[in-house]
Amino acid sequence: MSTHSSRLAARMMVAPSVVLLLIWMIVPLAMTLYYSFRLYRLLSPDRTGWVGFNNYLWFFNSPDFWLALFNTLALVGGVLVITVVLGILIALLIDQPVKGQGFLRILVIAPFFVMPPVAASIWENLFMHPQNGLFSAIARGFGAQPILFLEQYPMLSVIGIVSWEWLPFATLILLTALQSLSSEQLEAAEMDGASAFARFRYIILPHMTRAITVVILIQTIFLLGIFGEIFTTTQGGPGSASTTLPYMIFKQAIAAKDIGRAAAGGIIAVILANIVAYFLMRGLGRNLEN
Amino acid sequence: MGKIQLTKVRKAFGEVDVIPGIDLTIEDGEFVVFVGPSGCGKSTLLRLIAGLEDTTSGTIEIDGKDATNLPPAKRGLAMVFQSYALYPHMTVRKNIAFPLKMAGMDQAEQDRRVERAAKVLNLSNYLDRRPGQLSGGQRQRVAIGRAIVREPAAFLFDEPLSNLDAALRVGMRQEISELHQSLKTTMIYVTHDQVEAMTMADKIVVLNAGRIEQVGAPLELYNYPRNLFVAGFIGSPKMNFIEGAEAAKHDAHTIGVRPEHIAVGDGPWEGVVGLSEHLGSDSFLKVAVEGIGTLTVRAPGEVNAHHGDRIRLAPAGKIHRFNTNGMAL
Repeated sequence: MSTHSSRLAARMMVAPSVVLLLIWMIVPLAMTLYYSFRLYRLLSPDRTGWVGFNNYLWFFNSPDFWLALFNTLALVGGVLVITVVLGILIALLIDQPVKGQGFLRILVIAPFFVMPPVAASIWENLFMHPQNGLFSAIARGFGAQPILFLEQYPMLSVIGIVSWEWLPFATLILLTALQSLSSEQLEAAEMDGASAFARFRYIILPHMTRAITVVILIQTIFLLGIFGEIFTTTQGGPGSASTTLPYMIFKQAIAAKDIGRAAAGGIIAVILANIVAYFLMRGLGRNLEN
Repeated sequence: MGKIQLTKVRKAFGEVDVIPGIDLTIEDGEFVVFVGPSGCGKSTLLRLIAGLEDTTSGTIEIDGKDATNLPPAKRGLAMVFQSYALYPHMTVRKNIAFPLKMAGMDQAEQDRRVERAAKVLNLSNYLDRRPGQLSGGQRQRVAIGRAIVREPAAFLFDEPLSNLDAALRVGMRQEISELHQSLKTTMIYVTHDQVEAMTMADKIVVLNAGRIEQVGAPLELYNYPRNLFVAGFIGSPKMNFIEGAEAAKHDAHTIGVRPEHIAVGDGPWEGVVGLSEHLGSDSFLKVAVEGIGTLTVRAPGEVNAHHGDRIRLAPAGKIHRFNTNGMAL
């Protein structure tokens, strides 16, 4: 791939897919941008026209918006902290040589195969339910009042459910990183007098930084758009307590049938995602270099 | 300060006895080389001394104190690994200082020791680089630096030169020997290369299948091998073994003649040259001798014999005699 003609041929070969992907991205983005400046309500389709930044202003003036923004970031941040910390601990644990290691690993990975609405339903009805849930049974067993998870701590409950779903992913990536660490390095550290904690702090953790970065970047992409778990459990409530930006956009589009406002919300979400991506890459990007 | 005594040390992995039982004394300041074919248990023995493996039974004493159940860090030994095992995310300086940092030494003393080690090993210009930016020989030196800053009772080397190219290997071999001359610390060195063993050791321990075949100074092993295994392992090219009628003439089951102890010219043996390698200083000939078999001959460089030539050979040096059990007579 170094001669002039082979480079040209390569570009020609790649061109169709690049063009296709560009169209794939540009057309929806342009349409969303177009609608975000239009009056477009499905309940009154005859009233149309340009409204300037009114759709955006509605979001910024809505008291729910800032809460939704906070909730979105809290969801991403909370799940990231829980999955990375627990993921490292579980990876360390299942990396130990035990009997039935293969089966154990399948068990750990299993939650990832449960689809989001099903996972949320399981948690809502089998664990968090005030009458039938396992948690309330445990609470009653101790003579305590059952905790009303989805009413009293809706956002924390959602963070808990989403963490459960994403923990296997984090664990798996971190486990492979752990397995690629040469045992001679750990033995050398042991000879050098490093305690188990020091070996973790100075050898294992630095070795895993790249994998941790990958986990954070990939999960952030997916967590910014979390919707199904909220829709299945809290419906964004009580009130707006667990409304996130995607859920708020959904409410404008499907419940209020206001496509213009929903499009404006979509553009705000794109901008938010880019801001998050910028700070993530600035903070973590150098971990991906050699 | 660095005397190591092994008593009936045994190591089994499950059902398999890797080391059935070894008694060995390593004197303070000695350069001891464990040599043997791969899988002979030499690395396992080193790891037992280091404390990276638990002994199944037997005792290991370091400086007269029982160290059998001490963790590696408490034994006061330093090890250089085959893969160097440098910490890739730390600079050379931090790599070398790591054991000192773990020991809780104050920063000024750490810096002083790192600078001194770097000077000895010609690493002063590379202290702020990472291992990934160094050549193989430099990495090797960093690994040695990390070992010497601790001022250990003994150094353990696990095939440290096997990842280097031939020219560098000779250089590093001399550097390690010089290091031993200046530090006068006990060193245990594991290798499968008998040239490294012969050139570096004060004392060679030849291992085979987890057993010690012979312990001795390099020339002692060369001149007086105790059995067929040691005779065949020490010396390059390998010693020729002759059985049958020719051996019976010397009242032995097997006789061994080193290639360098066979003269070309007139003699009792006649054969056809198969392969000839002319190195300039020497010529290695493989000669098929009637009634004896193929003999390797190390002839002087000027001997001009080629494939198909008929030549006569005579033993011109010590003939080693072995009984039916392969033990020297």
